[in-house]
Amino acid sequence: MSQDHPANLLYTREHEWARIEGNTATIGITHFAVEQLGDVTQVDLPREGETIRKEDVFGSVESVKAVSDLYAPLSGKVVKVNNPLNDTPQYLNDEPYDDGWLIQIELSNPAETASLMTAAQYAEFLRDQDAH
Amino acid sequence: MVPFGGWDMPVSYPAGILEEHRTVRTAVGLFDVSHMGEISLSGPRAAEAVQRLVTNAVGKLDDGAAMYTVMCADDGGIVDDCIVYRRAADDYLIVVNASNVVKDRAWMVERAGALATIVDESDATGLIAVQGPRAVALVARLAGRPLGDEVSAFRFARVDVAGIPCLVARTGYTGEDGFELACPEGSTRRLWDALLEAGATDGVRAIGLGARDTLRLEARLSLYGNDIDSTTTPLEAQLGWVVKFDAGDFIGRAALLAQRAEGLKRKLVGFIARGRGIPRHGYPILVEAGGAPVGAVTSGTTAPSLGVAVAMGYVPTALAEPGTMLVVDCRGKPVPVEIVKGPFYRRSASS
Repeated sequence: MSQDHPANLLYTREHEWARIEGNTATIGITHFAVEQLGDVTQVDLPREGETIRKEDVFGSVESVKAVSDLYAPLSGKVVKVNNPLNDTPQYLNDEPYDDGWLIQIELSNPAETASLMTAAQYAEFLRDQDAH
Repeated sequence: MVPFGGWDMPVSYPAGILEEHRTVRTAVGLFDVSHMGEISLSGPRAAEAVQRLVTNAVGKLDDGAAMYTVMCADDGGIVDDCIVYRRAADDYLIVVNASNVVKDRAWMVERAGALATIVDESDATGLIAVQGPRAVALVARLAGRPLGDEVSAFRFARVDVAGIPCLVARTGYTGEDGFELACPEGSTRRLWDALLEAGATDGVRAIGLGARDTLRLEARLSLYGNDIDSTTTPLEAQLGWVVKFDAGDFIGRAALLAQRAEGLKRKLVGFIARGRGIPRHGYPILVEAGGAPVGAVTSGTTAPSLGVAVAMGYVPTALAEPGTMLVVDCRGKPVPVEIVKGPFYRRSASS
């Protein structure tokens, strides 16, 4: 299961992940999220320079089956957007932790990272979800 | 992400909806549609009973012929859409939507029970749809004889397929050529396995409900409960071609005649998204961004064969002309849509 939730990432209950490097965070959605969505056909993301706030909706992912909101795991200013997803949304299905990343933000409140789950906690969270 | 709510039917798709969709458009796919209902009406006055219930002309059917039609209530609202098969002059089979079997049977018994023996054969019947450009050849191979000419569009025949007695009908719900095979319930698994095995060289796949929905939507076929229901009439739903007013005094005829005379207030139209966003079931249809809703999307999806999003919905007749530009409010985002005529996808004539 380790490749399902890489150990170097932090996770949310809404199935986003964040990779913290210094004062920036790269954000994406998890393998589990992608499995649930099925084939992704469109991704709506903020523009560079916009600010997003933890737990607010910052975009959406459309799959053939459904549309799902993206909730910001952390607050900050968007410094990079994975624009190739516009033309190749299947990166999300194929490589959710690599080519399927969504945005990169400059953290405005790095202390927020303390509220996110580790890979082990996220795995446990999924197990609990499954049990219900 | 939200906890992925709003999924009516969480089904797992090993190949994924897009790959399954492609398989049916380019090769052949199998659908286990045994959940569909099969109700028979038999007896000397069976034809009269069926004509009482459906809007299409039962008298046009000969043995081995099938037709698409709807059953209406007295007010013209659609009770169900269905396919009527004439097995013999005194024996008809009506294939109905799974979710409506109990309601339909009760309706048939109430309104035509005095005219025919009505039996719900659903539990005894398995149904497998074989759809795609290679479907006819695959079934013919398992039948050991060519079927393409013998069983033409909307015809059916009793044929042994892989040694299993089937009712093989040239019908479907995908916009592709193919058959639907009704067999004894206990043989369904064996028939399924035989089709999978024999179709391996054709690239056959099992197809889930997700691709069933994208395929039927591209072909612009209505789904009961979404695009048509008891609050919509076949005339509004652009199914006027299955309403034959001179066929007999079917239930709903007077209401439909009155509606036709009055003129339709709204119509079911198909439209293509001309911007990013997928119009989905329930999203409001507007004349312009920020305006008041004039209708709602009844079905919508990305159309894998076309690379755009397509949808259907009811709009006022004045706005129903092909070419009309409207707006769908996709969760607060206005997405321009263009009304188009006819199916979104048409298979090439050669198949």
